[in-house]
Amino acid sequence: MKDPIIQLTGLTKSYGKVTAVDKLDLQIYPGEIFGLLGPNGAGKTTSILMMLGLTEPTAGTAYVCGHNATRNPIAVKRKVGYLPDSVGFYPEMTALENLCFIAELNGLTKSYAQACAKDMLHVVGLEQEMHKKTGAFSRGMKQRLGLAEVLIKTPEVAILDEPTLGIDPKGVDEFLELIKRLSKEHNLTVLLSSHHLHQVQRVCDRVGIFVGGKLLVEGSIEHLAHNLQQQEGVTTAITLEDPLGDTARFEEALKALPGFRKLTVTGYSIELQTDADVTAAAVRLLVNSGANVVAVSRNDYKLDDIYNTYFENSITTNTAHEKSNGFFKRYQ
Amino acid sequence: MKNPTVSSKDINSHSAAAMQVLVSKEIAAHIRSWRFNILILLIVLTFGASLYVSSMGLKDAVSNMRDPDQSFLYLKLLTTTDNSIPPFHVFLNFLAPLLGIALGFDAINAEYNNGTLTRLMAQPIYRDNLLFAKFLAPLIVVGTLFVALVLLMIGGGLLGTGVRIEPQELLRILGFTLISVLYVAFWLSLAILLSIRFRQPATSALTAIGIWLFFTVFFPILVNLAIRPFLPNPNYISEQEYLAYNELILNLLRLSPSQLYTDATTTLLMPSVRSLGPIAMEQMVGAIPSPLSFRESFLMVWPQVSGLTAAMMICFAWSYYIFMRREIRS
Repeated sequence: MKDPIIQLTGLTKSYGKVTAVDKLDLQIYPGEIFGLLGPNGAGKTTSILMMLGLTEPTAGTAYVCGHNATRNPIAVKRKVGYLPDSVGFYPEMTALENLCFIAELNGLTKSYAQACAKDMLHVVGLEQEMHKKTGAFSRGMKQRLGLAEVLIKTPEVAILDEPTLGIDPKGVDEFLELIKRLSKEHNLTVLLSSHHLHQVQRVCDRVGIFVGGKLLVEGSIEHLAHNLQQQEGVTTAITLEDPLGDTARFEEALKALPGFRKLTVTGYSIELQTDADVTAAAVRLLVNSGANVVAVSRNDYKLDDIYNTYFENSITTNTAHEKSNGFFKRYQ
Repeated sequence: MKNPTVSSKDINSHSAAAMQVLVSKEIAAHIRSWRFNILILLIVLTFGASLYVSSMGLKDAVSNMRDPDQSFLYLKLLTTTDNSIPPFHVFLNFLAPLLGIALGFDAINAEYNNGTLTRLMAQPIYRDNLLFAKFLAPLIVVGTLFVALVLLMIGGGLLGTGVRIEPQELLRILGFTLISVLYVAFWLSLAILLSIRFRQPATSALTAIGIWLFFTVFFPILVNLAIRPFLPNPNYISEQEYLAYNELILNLLRLSPSQLYTDATTTLLMPSVRSLGPIAMEQMVGAIPSPLSFRESFLMVWPQVSGLTAAMMICFAWSYYIFMRREIRS
């Protein structure tokens, strides 16, 4: 594979005793859309700020576009566009002026910046609002303008922090499509942080799940789902027409399926747990042995399940700790 | 979408250009803001009013043969008053802090609260560029305003009276303008410091106004209160001791920037002022009541000017220090 465009090694940030980011190792490759997933306060923004050299890491290094972000932030910022989670604009300036200002800060001349800014406003669909003051902009419009601003510096990497926060579902769809399209058109590497699973699932090539300052797992969504299946197995639920009389005639056969784990038979339904997907084989087996199958369902591991599995574990342990701490404090 | 390719002529040399962009944006924002326009109006009105009053009494002032400064028409225009309203430089003693505070109290925290600071910091500019721009832009605007006002005054005076302006007068008036800008700069850097320190613009504005009120109203009272218990009855001490006490009180008062400004402007605008402290009769004996040269006046206010500059530098350096180390996130 190509050299990573973002390379984080042992990146750590502590605030006093609290470790916001704990030994983060991550490689992101040119042209991919990477989703950094995690609940609020997981350290996503802190990691992003360290990649931009806006926060000094306690330990470890962040290399972005070949530059050390801590030592040489200006070179990094020249090549990276960043959309912060609470993006704001100068309310008394128009969208075009705001955009031109940023373009000029990136070294474009005035006339060129103006032309570029107009193009960008077309790209993000704000050409109607070009001369409106941004003070009157809605959240979605601000996000679009923010995206225009990220793109106007023709970056190699776009880092978007919670880009879909506070936009309505339709807006989210359009926004994500736009990101996806632009990424493909310009071979732009996108790092997207979010806690919205479904949205990220649709556009990201690869995701990393980030909880409590640690990257728990990373890979493509299929890969993660596959891993989860390896761990949890696949559950196939089959419902039959008649109550199961003599189960023994197919039980043995089902148990002989490859990767078999567990079989539960209750009334009309059979629940089969296996390592890999054997739904088709199981149904054929049942039909051959004379059972009337009326419904088959297989649970697929989606990002939701992945997310819940990882998050719930951490959340329950966290809250349990907090509660017991509080309890003890009160009675000490 | 057009994919604009950036040619070399579209990119100018970087750091200086970024600074220029920041400063011009700041200037534009100030000029367009209501706040600044109201302040300008206030200053122009005060200037007009004090100029009107002084031009009314101008004839008496320049024909007053007992006044060694009577030949300086344009200085008289700035300082003469019939006591109905104070002269412009005394007005400015109150207005300049207001100007500095108003232009700086939300310099950084408004950016922070708007969410523009993170965005700005993600651009390829140095962090201190922003701070310099926040400091420089209001000074450029205020400097332009003051220079325009005094030039208007000189031009008006030339047209109205037809009297030639002495080079010395021009130097003194420009010196006065410079010191006024410096005085505004001090309050501006203090306001910027507070705007970095406090997250809420209202808090920083109130704190700045508090400091201003403290120095203009309470500080002299406090010095008075602090000194009085130690001060012996003037009737029982020698003249030497009396002078020493007087000097002590004056020096304490000079801890206040407004005192420094008053000292400096008075000396520059009134060429006959020879000392800022008490002078003994012996020292005055034989002195011809004549105006000092510009150089001598300027040497006399040099400590005041350096004091103001130092105070401004300290505020700026402090704000620089805390801003560079501040975590940028909302």
